[in-house]
Amino acid sequence: MLHYILRRVLSTVPVMGIVAFLVFSLLYLAPGDPASVIAGEQASAADIERIREQLGLDRPYLIRFGEWLWHIMRGDLGVSVFSSIPVTQLIVQRLEPTVSLMVYTLILSVLIAVPMGVLAAWKAGTSIDRAVMTFAVLGFSIPVFVIGYLLAYVMALKLGWFPVQGYAPLSSGIGPWLRSLTLPALALSCVYVALIARTTRATMLEVLNQDYIKTARAKGLNQFPILFHHALKNAAVPVVTVIGIGVALLIGGAVVTESVFVLPGLGRLTVDAILQRDYPVIQGVILLFSFLYIIINLIVDIVYTIVDPRIRY
Amino acid sequence: MAAHMSGAGHEGEFAAAPELPAILPPVNRRRGLAGLIARSPGSSIGVAILLAIVFMAVMADYLSAIDPARLSPIARNRDPSLQYWFGTDMLGRDLYSRVVYGARVSLIVGFLVALLSTVLGLIVGMFSGFVRWTDSILMRVMDGIMSIPPILLAIALMALAGSSMTNVIAAITFAEVPRVARLVRGVVLSLREQAFVEGAITAGTTTPMIIWRHILPNTLAPLSVQTTYICASAMIIEAVLSFIGAGTPPSVPSWGNIMADGRALWQVKPHIVFFPAVFLSLTVLAINLVGDSLRDRLDPRMGGKG
Repeated sequence: MLHYILRRVLSTVPVMGIVAFLVFSLLYLAPGDPASVIAGEQASAADIERIREQLGLDRPYLIRFGEWLWHIMRGDLGVSVFSSIPVTQLIVQRLEPTVSLMVYTLILSVLIAVPMGVLAAWKAGTSIDRAVMTFAVLGFSIPVFVIGYLLAYVMALKLGWFPVQGYAPLSSGIGPWLRSLTLPALALSCVYVALIARTTRATMLEVLNQDYIKTARAKGLNQFPILFHHALKNAAVPVVTVIGIGVALLIGGAVVTESVFVLPGLGRLTVDAILQRDYPVIQGVILLFSFLYIIINLIVDIVYTIVDPRIRY
Repeated sequence: MAAHMSGAGHEGEFAAAPELPAILPPVNRRRGLAGLIARSPGSSIGVAILLAIVFMAVMADYLSAIDPARLSPIARNRDPSLQYWFGTDMLGRDLYSRVVYGARVSLIVGFLVALLSTVLGLIVGMFSGFVRWTDSILMRVMDGIMSIPPILLAIALMALAGSSMTNVIAAITFAEVPRVARLVRGVVLSLREQAFVEGAITAGTTTPMIIWRHILPNTLAPLSVQTTYICASAMIIEAVLSFIGAGTPPSVPSWGNIMADGRALWQVKPHIVFFPAVFLSLTVLAINLVGDSLRDRLDPRMGGKG
């Protein structure tokens, strides 16, 4: 098993390398010359050339890629063209709202979706099942910003239960923090809940049909332990996998949700960077999110080799 | 399958022998349209909505009396009325016309991305499956692209390329190709092991002929489902890109752009955001319904009656 884990960890290295290469090429291909931006309006051609040499912009592509890689491995993502603040610092400043939103959404989604999927599988073919499946189709179809505006309109503007927009940092207390994040998290969770509930239902349907479940029923066990102890445990691997894969949806959705609810997170940072054509910032955020995604899926894979004794490699 | 299990779930009700199915009622399949709707209501609704939206997009010139780009400064931010069915936006443009024309943008982006990424993914997947030495390189690259969340990748490409509809289509296609390529490769690899393909190889059939006669027909079924979902997701990504200002140019009346226009005022004038939102959601829903019914027909494990 240790052998497998090691192999699995090593297999992420080439993927990360390719991601880094793609993201680097993005900055390399970006229009506009960083040297002339830094030099300013009045700079002469010789000034620009000197800065270009200082920055190493005159060197070949692969050498620059190597240097850039060396820098990011030491946590240096470059400097924002717009504000001259190091990208790492910008990211750290904006990390809290995004991480809070994503973790909150993840917990909320799993708590809603798994029981939903179990219920739908248990009551397969009934109106409960159909309701869950209908919700799943809607969750996949209604874009996150539409749900966001709908929730904000009804629950914040009309009913006044939650703030319409804005973010209360964790340091202002857990209550306000949770209140400011509940609507964004609900909006963001819809598509994620749809995905997890659907997978849970499908795997549970297969598991519930197996002999040991029939045995448990024949023994006269209650429905609840059968569903959640015997069946769900064995349906866990596909469900956990899809939770990991779905993080991509969560990341993409977070960018939009932050725009709708005006949360000062990484999504806002990305959107602002696009409007200002601030390529180092765009590059840094994409790199961060992609590595996060790769690492989460790595952890998911490793965790269930440890947890599930049936998986042998 | 699982339906009778759940029925026998209550304590003490469990019969020793599996219960025999009751004698099936005589199947009286209704023919024609009524029968089709009764058999798969989901896909019928989906197709109906989709046809309506396509009709709207094609007939946009006739359906809207007012030019979607015409500004009328005296009629800004009007609520829906008889003259302006969906109201007007902050520049006094008629929202009904804009929403009708917006259908064109969404449909063009959705269908072209679906088509292009399917064709490109098919090519990459076939290459990986048949030209074995390219497999590990191609698949590592595909894995790399797939590790960047699609919306972020599209955002990055758009920031690079500048806003235009062609670039939106290219950016989303780039993000979606790996999913198709992976699927095609998987199908090719499993088909190659099958006796009928091995037989064809032994009989000396050329590779292009094997692909054409044996591989392609068997790939089309799973691929059609994937293509439908890509179409739906492309429409959502286009709207997201436009909404955050990295999509089609602001002058193009796409649903995402209309929503972006209404963003600043949504608390007082929610109708500007509301109408494009409803049309976008309905269109994506329709395509997903069609995709689901295709999938249920091909892979009954995921949905349906279980």
